[in-house]
Amino acid sequence: MFSYYLALAWRSMKRGPVLSALMVLAIGLGIGASMTMITVLHVMSGDPLPGHSAKLFVPMLDPRPSSQGSAHTGLRGAPDAFTWTDAMNLLRAGRADGQAAMDAGSVAVQPMREDLHPFFERGHYVTSDFFSMFGIPFLIGSGWTPAQDQARARVVVLNAELDRKLFGNSTGIGQTVSLDNTDFRVIGVVKGWHPQPMFYTQQGGHIFGESDQFFLPLQTALELKLSFNDRMSCWGNGPDDRQSDRCTWLQFWVMLDSPAKVAAYRTFLDNYWSEQQNSGRFPRKDSPPHLYGLMAWLAHEQVIPANLSMQMWLAIGFLVVCMLSVVALLLAKFLRRSGEVSVRRALGAKRRDIFAQFGVEAGVIGVAGGVFGLVIAQIGLWSVRQRPDGYAHLAQMDLSMLISTVLLAIAASVLAGLLPAWRACQVAPALQLKSQ
Amino acid sequence: MIELQPILVALRRHRLIAGLLVLLVALTCAIVCNVAFMIQERAALIQVPSGLAENQLVTIDSINLDRAANQVARHQTDLAALRMIPGVESAVAVDALPFNQNDWTNGIGLAPEHNIAIASAFNGTPGELKTLGLTLVAGRGFQADEYIPEDSAHGYDGLNHVPTAIITRALAERLFPGESALGKLIFTTPNPIRVVGVVARLLRPNVGTGNDNDFSILFPMLPDTRDVTYVLRTAPQDRERVLQQARDVLYRLDGNRVVRNDMTFQQLRAKYFQRDRTMMELLIASALGLLLVAALGISGLANFWVQQRTRTIGIRRALGATRGDILRYFQTENFMIVALGVALGVMLAIVLNLVLMEYYELQHLPPWYLPVGAAALWLLGQLAVLAPALRASHISPAMATRNV
Repeated sequence: MFSYYLALAWRSMKRGPVLSALMVLAIGLGIGASMTMITVLHVMSGDPLPGHSAKLFVPMLDPRPSSQGSAHTGLRGAPDAFTWTDAMNLLRAGRADGQAAMDAGSVAVQPMREDLHPFFERGHYVTSDFFSMFGIPFLIGSGWTPAQDQARARVVVLNAELDRKLFGNSTGIGQTVSLDNTDFRVIGVVKGWHPQPMFYTQQGGHIFGESDQFFLPLQTALELKLSFNDRMSCWGNGPDDRQSDRCTWLQFWVMLDSPAKVAAYRTFLDNYWSEQQNSGRFPRKDSPPHLYGLMAWLAHEQVIPANLSMQMWLAIGFLVVCMLSVVALLLAKFLRRSGEVSVRRALGAKRRDIFAQFGVEAGVIGVAGGVFGLVIAQIGLWSVRQRPDGYAHLAQMDLSMLISTVLLAIAASVLAGLLPAWRACQVAPALQLKSQ
Repeated sequence: MIELQPILVALRRHRLIAGLLVLLVALTCAIVCNVAFMIQERAALIQVPSGLAENQLVTIDSINLDRAANQVARHQTDLAALRMIPGVESAVAVDALPFNQNDWTNGIGLAPEHNIAIASAFNGTPGELKTLGLTLVAGRGFQADEYIPEDSAHGYDGLNHVPTAIITRALAERLFPGESALGKLIFTTPNPIRVVGVVARLLRPNVGTGNDNDFSILFPMLPDTRDVTYVLRTAPQDRERVLQQARDVLYRLDGNRVVRNDMTFQQLRAKYFQRDRTMMELLIASALGLLLVAALGISGLANFWVQQRTRTIGIRRALGATRGDILRYFQTENFMIVALGVALGVMLAIVLNLVLMEYYELQHLPPWYLPVGAAALWLLGQLAVLAPALRASHISPAMATRNV
């Protein structure tokens, strides 16, 4: 029966090619616009470290005095960064399988090569566990040791692109590179590491797009007064000192291998919080410590820009109007064939059969609209890739999105066809025949 | 005279289709009103005037990597060399510039600690007014003996000693409504600063949707950070060549620096607004798409209606109705349906605007958007129904006697 309905649908489309084309156009435009934005949001909310992300967590403590932003900002105003004091305490306690403190920074790279002018490059100042925790693949060499952290060693790990830019095809391992007038020894080269989003960066930083090109010890950066890029918020009196317990600015990550360890770490955090309260810190009783998983942290930090979600809702609104239009057009098309329906009904077709017939016809239009929508979505994604934003290069459609596009188009058109098909199968056989 | 009675009866018999049309019109009206507002907001933003001689300026940033050097002296050396480039009429070193986002904001008041307005500070070497092409509407420019360094090394202490300032007309009107600002004292620190000049306009380094985009204040302070912007004035056709030469000149003088953001002022503006322009294009495309699709739906249903009523129309024609009567019948019917849709749509538009304001920092929808949006949809409805209605009016009275 299905192939017969297909044949009927095909014949019906041929009979009214303009109307059918308009319906395909409407479905295609709506689906294309929606799928463009859904794809962009889909790739942006992807897992930056597949296979690794489940083990990574962000502890969060709220060290603000009770007077600051208490009344209406409440928990929403809680910092999303660590003070130096707490980061160093948790680092020294070493209760997790790995823990690292970090901050974004940029330095002027002064190349030895005569043909290159100095340039700025973005990277991170981190502590030694950073590389093993995030499973960063090394091309050659390795990270540094905790002892080198303490010694404020002048060592640096380069990402593959910067390494190639500075040293050409032979890697720069063991060589010297000058950053902000200080010589650093290259002790490792990373094999082109580009997690998207750059989950360990503070929200509002460069979270999509170009990834870090260098990593150097946090304490070294502090000693050399290199430029730090992440937001620092301070309270109370006194100078804004990075090493005080009145300023939050560091990102802190831990690795926990098993659920038991996660539970244990939560307990540890709670204990740390009450201990510090006993010594007069953490006056905000309403803001207990948190431990976020990686994906939960990204959701908490709202890494997706608001204007993108607005664009998605706009596209979905567009799709709804397109569907309403298709409902109208299908209604016109189906009811126009009341005569045909009444003949089929008189010949013994049940209402169910008529309903199925028109459902199939709506589905056929959906398939065509889906294919057209794919074309529109590819054009839309191409235009997103031309944007100056960091997420632009991510706007690519994978197989699952390709299939969802066609499925969504079929679902939309079948949904749009429900009402017209139901109306069509209400046609009574005798009455219509009489009027003919 | 058009009889409304038969239309109402017909509509009541086709409640489903009429309801569908009303819904289609309402949704389209709600979305298009808000989208049009967002387009207009961005269009106004993109065209905001800067007050500068935009087509004669090029800018180039230099960051000296030697922290120990005397930065003011470095800037002077650089400027002397930049002025030697053929075609450069004048050159200055500045910190802030419209669209460069180097925004140093200060509270300004008529007494210490009594701020009336927040303004962005612009500091530069002598000749800034002339080079940027600012229009002085009252008073004078800065004199050579008024210039002092910013003293960035000590928390920009220059602000505590600067003797004079030039403000924009917008800021003057906020600080001294209805009177002349010339010679008056203003305060951002306990240090009294005398207003010696008023410029027509100078856009702040960051632009917003508020009415304070022109709240700028110029100080006779020399930039002394290692990060500085050079602005060169030249004939429009020389801009690209001058930029190229400026790059070379700066690197030849001292290679231990980063030179970046070398572009014409118009490129700087275009870069600043690139996101807004993209968004605007996207919004225009979706508004047009929405109207197109809504028109498709309306004309599709009208077509169907005409076809379904062929016999009825034939009978009416046979009973003496003119072609004009039939045409007007369908037009009136469409008008009434769209009117219902628009009434619902206006309410939806307000609701949608409130939702958008809650989540996406949209402003209040100006009320006049609603009648304009309604009129646009009426027009769209009439256009969409025109072809089917004309076809209906051409149905011959003989149709009444035929079977099919």
